[in-house]
Amino acid sequence: MLPTIFCAGCGVGSIMNYVLRAIERLSLNINKTIFVSGIGCSSRIPGYIHADGLHTTHGRAIAFATGIKICNPELNVIVFTGDGDCVGIGGNHFIHGIRRNIDITVIAVNNFTYGMTGGQLAPTTPRGSYTTTTPYGNIEHAFDMAHLAKVAGAPYVARWSVLDPHQSIKSIGEGIRKHGFAFIEMLSPCPTAFGRRNELKMVRDQWEWYKNNTIHIKKLEVLRATSEEVEIKEAEKKIIVGVLQDIEKPEYVSEWNKLLERVACTDR
Amino acid sequence: MKVIGEKVQFVSGDDAVCYGALLAGCTFFAGYPITPATEIAEGMARLLPKIGGIYMQMEDEISSLAACIGASWTGRKCLTATSGPGFSLMQENIGYACMTETPLVIVNVMRSGPSTGQPTLAAQGDIMQARFGTHGDHEIIALYPNSVQESLDLAIQAFNLSEKYRVPVILLLDAEIAHMREKLVIPDDFLIINRVLVTIDTKEYHPFRTGFTHPGSKVPEFAPFGSGYHTYVTGLTHEEHGFPSTTDPHAHDRLVRRLSEKILDDEEALSYLETRFCEDAETFLITYGITSRTALAAVKNARQKEKKVGYVRLKTIWPFPKKTLQHILHDAHDVIVAEMNLGQLIMPVREIFGGARNITKVGGEIFLPEEMERVM
Repeated sequence: MLPTIFCAGCGVGSIMNYVLRAIERLSLNINKTIFVSGIGCSSRIPGYIHADGLHTTHGRAIAFATGIKICNPELNVIVFTGDGDCVGIGGNHFIHGIRRNIDITVIAVNNFTYGMTGGQLAPTTPRGSYTTTTPYGNIEHAFDMAHLAKVAGAPYVARWSVLDPHQSIKSIGEGIRKHGFAFIEMLSPCPTAFGRRNELKMVRDQWEWYKNNTIHIKKLEVLRATSEEVEIKEAEKKIIVGVLQDIEKPEYVSEWNKLLERVACTDR
Repeated sequence: MKVIGEKVQFVSGDDAVCYGALLAGCTFFAGYPITPATEIAEGMARLLPKIGGIYMQMEDEISSLAACIGASWTGRKCLTATSGPGFSLMQENIGYACMTETPLVIVNVMRSGPSTGQPTLAAQGDIMQARFGTHGDHEIIALYPNSVQESLDLAIQAFNLSEKYRVPVILLLDAEIAHMREKLVIPDDFLIINRVLVTIDTKEYHPFRTGFTHPGSKVPEFAPFGSGYHTYVTGLTHEEHGFPSTTDPHAHDRLVRRLSEKILDDEEALSYLETRFCEDAETFLITYGITSRTALAAVKNARQKEKKVGYVRLKTIWPFPKKTLQHILHDAHDVIVAEMNLGQLIMPVREIFGGARNITKVGGEIFLPEEMERVM
């Protein structure tokens, strides 16, 4: 299957690397780990992993993954999705998967564009950016995927960029361990389809952009406590990275099993 | 099965589908409420937990079928039920199930369309959608009962065929049968077919290789997720090893032809029809579903008037029972297809009998016998 289909400078390979390292660190049984994906560049990842994989239809990976997990809870179910796949065409499945709180881990590769089709406007494309379908600049507001996951109630939400390998690996591991819906958004460069139209043609430029346009949640909290309002407002314009939510709440498979016990008791 | 209850019951077609699914071994249902199929979701929500199964109410029909496909890859038998608008939403994933050879059963309790149409009234308007709704070349199996009893029987058969051929099977149901209550006898003895599980060593395993341990078979063996076989499943054109091959014309030709042939090779075995008064018939009235109940009365009346009319009822709509019908209609003088749409099944019938006539009715009311007798 090698070489991969990924372009030079693409972040998907690194993210696949982080996920596999997290799996190795947790000593997950690869025979019991299922990789599910939708359609798009990042959704091709399962094809490069020697394990069970379900490369599904555009936007629906979480719904397919839900069927797998509820039917065989001993399986670790990891979903690879992209920004268009997850919050464009698949937005409804995303929020309902979170609402149900089924124990799956969703790795969303956010490159701000539809890369596979050559770089069109995505729900995450920053305002003012240029894509093939916004040749005069994007006037729409972008979705903040991690924030959406947080307010929809996902018990574990983290966001990192490909420049944060150690933090990413740790978060992916925590997400897999989390008994419930875990969401990890990965900011990932796409110099070929997005960068070249937005003065980020060299992948190094996009890395710099991440450095200048992201802020760690802890750093923001410190700023909020210690700084002037103008400085805080400026900082809040940046993309917040870090572990954004880590809470406990009843998980779907466990709740279903409790329901089955209850029904079995009444039937006796 | 204890949860089904009494051996003889007075229930609806929707109830009978639930019972049939359970008897066939279905343990997973995912669906979304829609008239006139909601009672199937309600029945499965009530019954499945009692046998340790799983009922899931999804956010729409797209995810309902998606969850069923995911569930089927863990080895379970899965059901979803819907009506026109939901069936339209399912089309992409029906194609995915065809391409990935995922067994499951979809019930489409039809209503008048297009669009929201008449949600509570009967129509037979999805004959062609069942066949051609999803994009690309493919074959499909669609069965069509005409009674509450047969809703149970064909639900079991739908599961058996989906398992045997590893295809999505569509059970087309009329709203009139879904909501009508009739006597139902729970069968004691019936055939159950399960998908053929992989037996070869993991090293020799290719997820979509056929004819290796079962020479001549065009259906691959199944390795459920988590069994250690490392199965990669994609809706992209793929080789036997399961990985994409999107630019090789031969790979696509090979795959899509096999997917069609595994069904078409068995067309005659899959042709379930009921014929009555056909031995000396000159005119043949072809119907299916609820329309056939009117047709039988009309044919009996015509016979009393000494008209040589035969009754042909299709239980298999797809694959179209071409060879079997050709045989039945060999000496026909006149062929009439009556259906509750503006002319759908007439199309394949005219391939066999060019001059076949079509009487059609839409609006939600079923045919009256005299409406059929008038044209015979």
